[in-house]
Amino acid sequence: MRALRRVGLGLAAVLLLALLWELVKAVVPEDGWSIGDLRVLPRTTDLAMPHVPEMLSRLTDPLAGASADPLWLAVLRAGGTSLRIAAVSWLIGVVVGFALALLMTRFALARSAVLPLVVLSQTVPLIALAPLVKGWGAKLDLGDVTWQPWMSVAVIASYLAFFPVAVGALRGLRSPDVLHEELFTGFAASWTQTLVRLRLPASVPHLLPALRLAATSAVLGVVVAEVSTGMPGGIGRMILEFANFASSDPAKPWAPIFGAVLLGLVAAGAVGLIGVGLGRFRRTEVSA
Amino acid sequence: MTTESLPAAAVHVDGVAREFGAVTALSGVDLTVAAGEFVSLIGPSGCGKSTLLRLIADLDRPTAGSIQVFGRSTEQARLAHDYGIAFQQAGLLPWRTVRANIELPLSLHGVGRAGRRERATEMLDLVGLTEFADHFPDQLSGGMQQRVAIARALAERPSLLLMDEPFGALDEMTRERLQSELVRICAETRAAVVFVTHSIPEAVFLSDRVVVMSPRPGRIAEVVDVRLGDGSRNDALREDRAYFEAVTAVREALHGGAATGLRGVETR
Repeated sequence: MRALRRVGLGLAAVLLLALLWELVKAVVPEDGWSIGDLRVLPRTTDLAMPHVPEMLSRLTDPLAGASADPLWLAVLRAGGTSLRIAAVSWLIGVVVGFALALLMTRFALARSAVLPLVVLSQTVPLIALAPLVKGWGAKLDLGDVTWQPWMSVAVIASYLAFFPVAVGALRGLRSPDVLHEELFTGFAASWTQTLVRLRLPASVPHLLPALRLAATSAVLGVVVAEVSTGMPGGIGRMILEFANFASSDPAKPWAPIFGAVLLGLVAAGAVGLIGVGLGRFRRTEVSA
Repeated sequence: MTTESLPAAAVHVDGVAREFGAVTALSGVDLTVAAGEFVSLIGPSGCGKSTLLRLIADLDRPTAGSIQVFGRSTEQARLAHDYGIAFQQAGLLPWRTVRANIELPLSLHGVGRAGRRERATEMLDLVGLTEFADHFPDQLSGGMQQRVAIARALAERPSLLLMDEPFGALDEMTRERLQSELVRICAETRAAVVFVTHSIPEAVFLSDRVVVMSPRPGRIAEVVDVRLGDGSRNDALREDRAYFEAVTAVREALHGGAATGLRGVETR
């Protein structure tokens, strides 16, 4: 019943957004609102803001011409490609992020040395990294395997995905009270035992949101990386291509944008399923 | 391991000092706790009683002097699991059931599944929580959580039990009941106990000897011999004349030790 309520609320929010969109179209003049030379509200022409039903019906029309697949199928197909790459980059991000968190938990020196770099890493724009990674990948000698464009995309996106995991896992692994740590010292438990029996279970409440954040970051990263490496077939490239139709077929560019949103939701939802069955690690201690 | 087979004293503290920077928490402390003996440390806040307990537990190191636990260094004793420890907060792991919490030290030290289960069942029986074995800590009252913590501390049959105000956060009724239980448990297990407390009646009721400490710098002011009721303590003892005399003796020792340092001492 509560799950049903949440789904209902989610749908209501989407509906509200659509209504708001139409309201803006109806109320704001076609040329937008300007204060002096500064335009504070956008143009609301059918070119800039197509009607909601128009955008939806465009999804069922063919991609181009009469014989092609419907637009929604093309979007889903591109979305599937991007989702697979995002899954790989999520995995890389989780492994790398967690390894970094472990390192920083184990060695205080690593924490003071690596943590600033981790934070700093996120100030480098993905677009700047794209040609570098692409270039390095091309130079790699992997024996029989040749470096594929999607691998560059996955690596670039994982650069975005590892960050929340590294920070969340570090906070989680360091979350046990001094009391519990001293208890384990008193038990003469080894570092590994303390990690497995105390730090890992205690980190779960911090780790789950971090994993979900990493999933949405991975999707975002894949979309951006597809655009900046020019990889065809995914949703990122589709957004770029369809943007050209803004004047001739204004509803079309919105289709891959909806696809990208759906992609993020699916990714976050799938990761959210990890939390099912870990409920007992979210119990909090009531102090005596 | 039985207490009889141990030749050395449970705890032997020799000229111990602990300084935190410019602050002297403990200075010139000598204390011997015999095997099977129950010794309370009492004194106002800041007298270093918890510090002394932490030194014995090897959670901290003295800046001078030495401490031996059953004739070994505190580190060796800790690594050999010579002692069980309980704090003011139960410190149970919230994601483990009561039974799994009691089994924790056993599983850390490689006791097999069957052995753990058997021992945990015994311990649950000892602290009277058999029907709560599969509950989680957040489903228990504070007193019950503390009983689980004591069961966990006793799970490995330690010959020494270190307790830092284990009943400090509990209400008076629960407190008295747990005190009686602790007396019974100690009689059964014959473990030596070092017990830190704020409460004079608690120290007197439980202890063979009460070590009265005074602050700035923390040191032992006086040791009061109690040994009430020939080891068979029960609630009737709380109304015994000897009990009140011992309470008075400890109170006077506290006053005499530091007339200005009585903050934090409960007289209930």
